[in-house]
Amino acid sequence: MSSAEVTREGQRGIRPGREARPGGAWRRGRRREQAMVPPAEFTSYYGKPVINSPVWHSPDIPGYFFLGGLAGASSLLGAGAQATGQPALGRAAKAGALGAVSLSLVGLVHDLGRPARFLNMLRVVKVTSPMSVGSWILSGYVPAAGVAAASALTGRAPRLGAAATVAAALTGPAVAAYTAVLVSDTAVPAWHDGHRELPFVFTGSAAMAAGGLGLLAAPPGQNAPARNLALLGAGAEAVAFELMSRRMGMVAEPYSAGKAGGYVRAGRVLAAIGAAGALLGRRNRAVAALSGAALLGASAATRWAVFHAGLASAADPKYTVVPQRQRRDGSGPPPEAA
Amino acid sequence: MTDPASGYRDPPPRMGFFTDTSVCIGCKACEVACKEWNAVPDDGLVFTGMSYDNTAGLGADTWRHVAFIEQRRPVPAGAGQDGEAQDGLRWLMSSDVCKHCTEAACLDVCPTGALFRTEFGTVVVQEDVCNGCGYCIPACPYGVIDQRKGDGRAWKCTLCYDRLGADMTPACAQACPTESIQFGPLDELRERAAGRLAQLHGQGATEARLYGEDPRDGVGGDGAFFLLLDEPEVYGLPPDPVVTTRDLPSMWRHAGAAAAGLVAAAATAFAAQWLGRRP
Repeated sequence: MSSAEVTREGQRGIRPGREARPGGAWRRGRRREQAMVPPAEFTSYYGKPVINSPVWHSPDIPGYFFLGGLAGASSLLGAGAQATGQPALGRAAKAGALGAVSLSLVGLVHDLGRPARFLNMLRVVKVTSPMSVGSWILSGYVPAAGVAAASALTGRAPRLGAAATVAAALTGPAVAAYTAVLVSDTAVPAWHDGHRELPFVFTGSAAMAAGGLGLLAAPPGQNAPARNLALLGAGAEAVAFELMSRRMGMVAEPYSAGKAGGYVRAGRVLAAIGAAGALLGRRNRAVAALSGAALLGASAATRWAVFHAGLASAADPKYTVVPQRQRRDGSGPPPEAA
Repeated sequence: MTDPASGYRDPPPRMGFFTDTSVCIGCKACEVACKEWNAVPDDGLVFTGMSYDNTAGLGADTWRHVAFIEQRRPVPAGAGQDGEAQDGLRWLMSSDVCKHCTEAACLDVCPTGALFRTEFGTVVVQEDVCNGCGYCIPACPYGVIDQRKGDGRAWKCTLCYDRLGADMTPACAQACPTESIQFGPLDELRERAAGRLAQLHGQGATEARLYGEDPRDGVGGDGAFFLLLDEPEVYGLPPDPVVTTRDLPSMWRHAGAAAAGLVAAAATAFAAQWLGRRP
């Protein structure tokens, strides 16, 4: 850190003219500054961030996480509904999946710096790039989800629709999980350091959202699988999030402060309301619908929380410098092995 | 050392920069030369109050960035003074640049193939392919590459790829009046750096250290490495950068488990309904 005397806020540490203590004043000040708790002490270049913040925007990218997860998990509900002869649930889930993933694609293309070049995503197949892998997963999932929904809603081509439903159910979980790899595969501390648990946070959240949509849109006689999936998802997301926060140490701070902290708290409240309503209001269509909406909101809140926590952890150099120093000086976890 | 340009048949030797910050005079000729040669747009005329640094940092429109740090340090006794240890002002100056890492995260995550490895071992963005997805930007552990406002694409130092192809020296190295920025084959630069470090240590400058020179570090060694006179974070550099791709296999494994868990949860959801309906 520079100890220069001229700053934007004016001069500091200047000897007070006639009252000057020869060789005294600023040296005293320096000693005071150095009385810091050792592990938290760190230097930075004028407090500037070390890494560059993601240039992705809300609502496009957190919206994509939410809608992509919702779609992928809904396709599983659609396939199960098909297998167990529950057409109303099937229609809701399949239409929901198509609608969600289509909307998510709009967000993705809109967020590009050069949207007209969106097809360049399919120029190469690159396994070191989760975004490349994801683009190829989507190019298989979206047509399948489209055919499945069209067949279910119109009643036409039932065998083709059934095959497409299975294809969507096989690729849907990949759609729900790969976005966690995408954000983790960066230098952003709040994302990278959570890379083991984040896929479970995202798939749990996706399950909660798909279950919420089923509760909202399917009749009470057929919404039990949606309720069950929502509860399993809410539980998995909560546990995975807690494990992730504990492992990350100081890097978990952005998840409890600022915008991200607000979204985390909102998500917890909504998930609790949604889960309670789902459990208690089994027969009641209105209660089921309200719980469903709350669960969808909870899932969305989680995605926005993760997004903003990442931005906050990139903007403050301490989240980059302190863990790396601890690792280098041997007082922290060893560098990751592949 | 694995040559990152190993995909080419008979590539030329790997070229890079050795930036010896102990002789940098903070003239910023490197910043100007780079902008002039590469027609890089201006990124604002701002008074930052950060000593003589009004550029603030590397980005899409700054490919060489000179950092200034003023420090109050005790001057070693006998260093040309009366023999008494005194407090003095030490002025650190360093010209930061893209490191052209051996294991480059930006290159690994680029989904369009716009970022590629040249035959010189450097990393370059093809501006006619880049669609501005922005993935390379948070992937870089040094915070180098960024998105250009109003343009949408990602831009960074090319190590003057066009000049290298014509057997010329990159603009910044050509302009540097003190040869703080040295350009040449990486092997030769590493030898030179080791010699310079030994010389400085011999003169009592024990805080001098090489940064990014070690092929065993978290990014496999940098194509543009530095001699620093203090800790890396003082200059705004990460103390121990690791390319994010090293954890990618683990990430895929965990994602695979999570996806399988999702399928299992859906199956359980329907099984529970079926169990609940049985008399």
